Amino acid sequence: MSILGLLRVAMRALAVNKLRSLLTMLGIIIGVAAVIVMIAVGSGAQARVEEQIRSLGSNLLLILSGTTTAGGVRMGFGSNQTISEDDAAAIPREIPETMAAPALRGTAQLIWGNQNWSTVIFGVTPEYIDVRQWEIAAGRIFDATDMAGATKVCLVGETVARQLFGGANPLGQVIRVRRVPFTVIGVLESKGQSMMGTDQDDLVLMPISTARKRVLGSGNLAKQRSVGTIWVKVAEGYDMKAAEEQVRSLLRQRHRLQPGQDDDFSLRNLEEVAATQEASSRVLALLLAAVASVSLVVGGIGIMNIMLVSVTERTREIGLRMAVGARTRDILGQFLVEAVTLSLIGGLAGIAIGVATAVGIAEFAGWRIVLSPESVVLAVAFAFAIGVFFGFYPARKAARLNPVEALRFE
Amino acid sequence: MASSRLIHTRDLTKTYRVGDNEIRALAGVSIDIEQGEFTAVMGPSGSGKSTFMNIVGCLDQPSSGEYDLGTRRVSDLAGDELAAVRNSDIGFVFQTFNLLARTPAVENVELPLVYAAVPSAERRVRALEMLAKVGLAERADHHPGQLSGGQQQRVAIARALVTRPLLILADEPTGALDSRTSLEIMGLLQELNRQGMTVVLVTHEADVAHFARRVLRFRDGHLVEDRVNPDPGDALAMLREDAVPA
Repeated sequence: MSILGLLRVAMRALAVNKLRSLLTMLGIIIGVAAVIVMIAVGSGAQARVEEQIRSLGSNLLLILSGTTTAGGVRMGFGSNQTISEDDAAAIPREIPETMAAPALRGTAQLIWGNQNWSTVIFGVTPEYIDVRQWEIAAGRIFDATDMAGATKVCLVGETVARQLFGGANPLGQVIRVRRVPFTVIGVLESKGQSMMGTDQDDLVLMPISTARKRVLGSGNLAKQRSVGTIWVKVAEGYDMKAAEEQVRSLLRQRHRLQPGQDDDFSLRNLEEVAATQEASSRVLALLLAAVASVSLVVGGIGIMNIMLVSVTERTREIGLRMAVGARTRDILGQFLVEAVTLSLIGGLAGIAIGVATAVGIAEFAGWRIVLSPESVVLAVAFAFAIGVFFGFYPARKAARLNPVEALRFE
Repeated sequence: MASSRLIHTRDLTKTYRVGDNEIRALAGVSIDIEQGEFTAVMGPSGSGKSTFMNIVGCLDQPSSGEYDLGTRRVSDLAGDELAAVRNSDIGFVFQTFNLLARTPAVENVELPLVYAAVPSAERRVRALEMLAKVGLAERADHHPGQLSGGQQQRVAIARALVTRPLLILADEPTGALDSRTSLEIMGLLQELNRQGMTVVLVTHEADVAHFARRVLRFRDGHLVEDRVNPDPGDALAMLREDAVPA
């Protein structure tokens, strides 16, 4: 019998018990819908993590200055200013595949007209813009002249621009940073939230020399060249592990640390952090899909159950078909196609419901979702496989019936 | 027409095992049936007539003995080979019609041709032809549920004829019908027989067996009687007499 003929016979048989067919399909519908929703939510979370990592830049090393202990009280990283602008300058000089950007951090109250806003101040070099992958929305960045002259210019983040200036154009405006007047020369493109949920656009960038001398500098900080952090960008394709080791040994050498002595700085490889985060989000997505596929298997068992009932109910029909010449493979094919039809129709309905649910979740819960054609194809293929797997045993049972006994069956 | 041997059996036996007991359903049956004969097979239940019919109908295999259908030795065949013989050479008519529910009459008649891999257009033509032959041309699209018992049995007969088989095996074809409809069905089988079709009829009713020209009787697995009915009844003639009250 042709596949089309078998399909027609299957559809007719399924139409006889509409409610029963629907209930049987429900298992597959729920299973497929669950797989699609879970994959959509899981890959949505994964995509979010990847996006945030990309906005941070994964080929980065972060150097934090060391700790200090005062009277048995151990302070955190950065409490002792062990790294300096000179270290930052030495890194690209010794390791040409790198670019280093020192940063001095502090908080300050900003005032413009009758508005004021508290934000984070970063004293940086022009390299910082490149290393941290900031884009300039308007205006310019500070140049060598600004650096050398410690000019009172600054760039503001998108949040600062909005909070302080409202609708006004920030460019050329003069704001007070701890009472020191600064001219806004540029606005940064928005980066949105960080992985930890903090607003990355709530900041002001200014030349490190200016920051040290006019804003953040107090006491010996002004005299020294020390910085809180140095960001190191490693050239694309260069081994991050090797770069990390080279930077570490360079700094140990510059700080004159003996072998066996602890680092007086902390070196973090953001690629590793990113890889860990990516891996954990992938595991989460996989786990969600695996849990959902359990319901698909349960749906398959439902199909097997109903097909077994159906074979018993239709024993006489099977006997008649055998009497008029149906071969083993004809009967096998008939019941297999019926099971697969159940699972495939269930699968298609499941896709519709799954996609609708995923879109609904994105719409109402505001979660990020990613609907991939692969997940849809996977779900259909899985539904098909379930139909074949769980349909085979009942179909074989039907095909192996003895025609004499089948015809006599009451 | 030139008569030739259609069914030939020699020492057919069939033994079933039920637990530790062996049950001998058929204890060596030898018989020849010519082409074009109308034969009734009689006997009480447990006489072996059903077992004999199942073997003749290629639904079952003998435990030993020979069975030739036409020129072919079928007692050695099994499984799908037997299915092919059933498909091409044997037309079954059952007591309970065994039509597929919710399936139009014409598709029921087509069913054997489906398994013979006949193209669908040709299937439809041949099925309609057979329905016309049994007088149901205008009921082709009716489902079995919309047909009377007699009409359903006619559809079943059309289905049995559609592959142009060597013989029709009718197992109690009137068992579920009233007497008048029974006459109609027997008349149809006699008509087919007059046109040359070999008919083997299983029945336990003497009235029904009376329409056959040859009567075989089984008891305890043996063929105990094989007689020619010198004056078989004419079902259509009886129907006509019946229709005109005295």
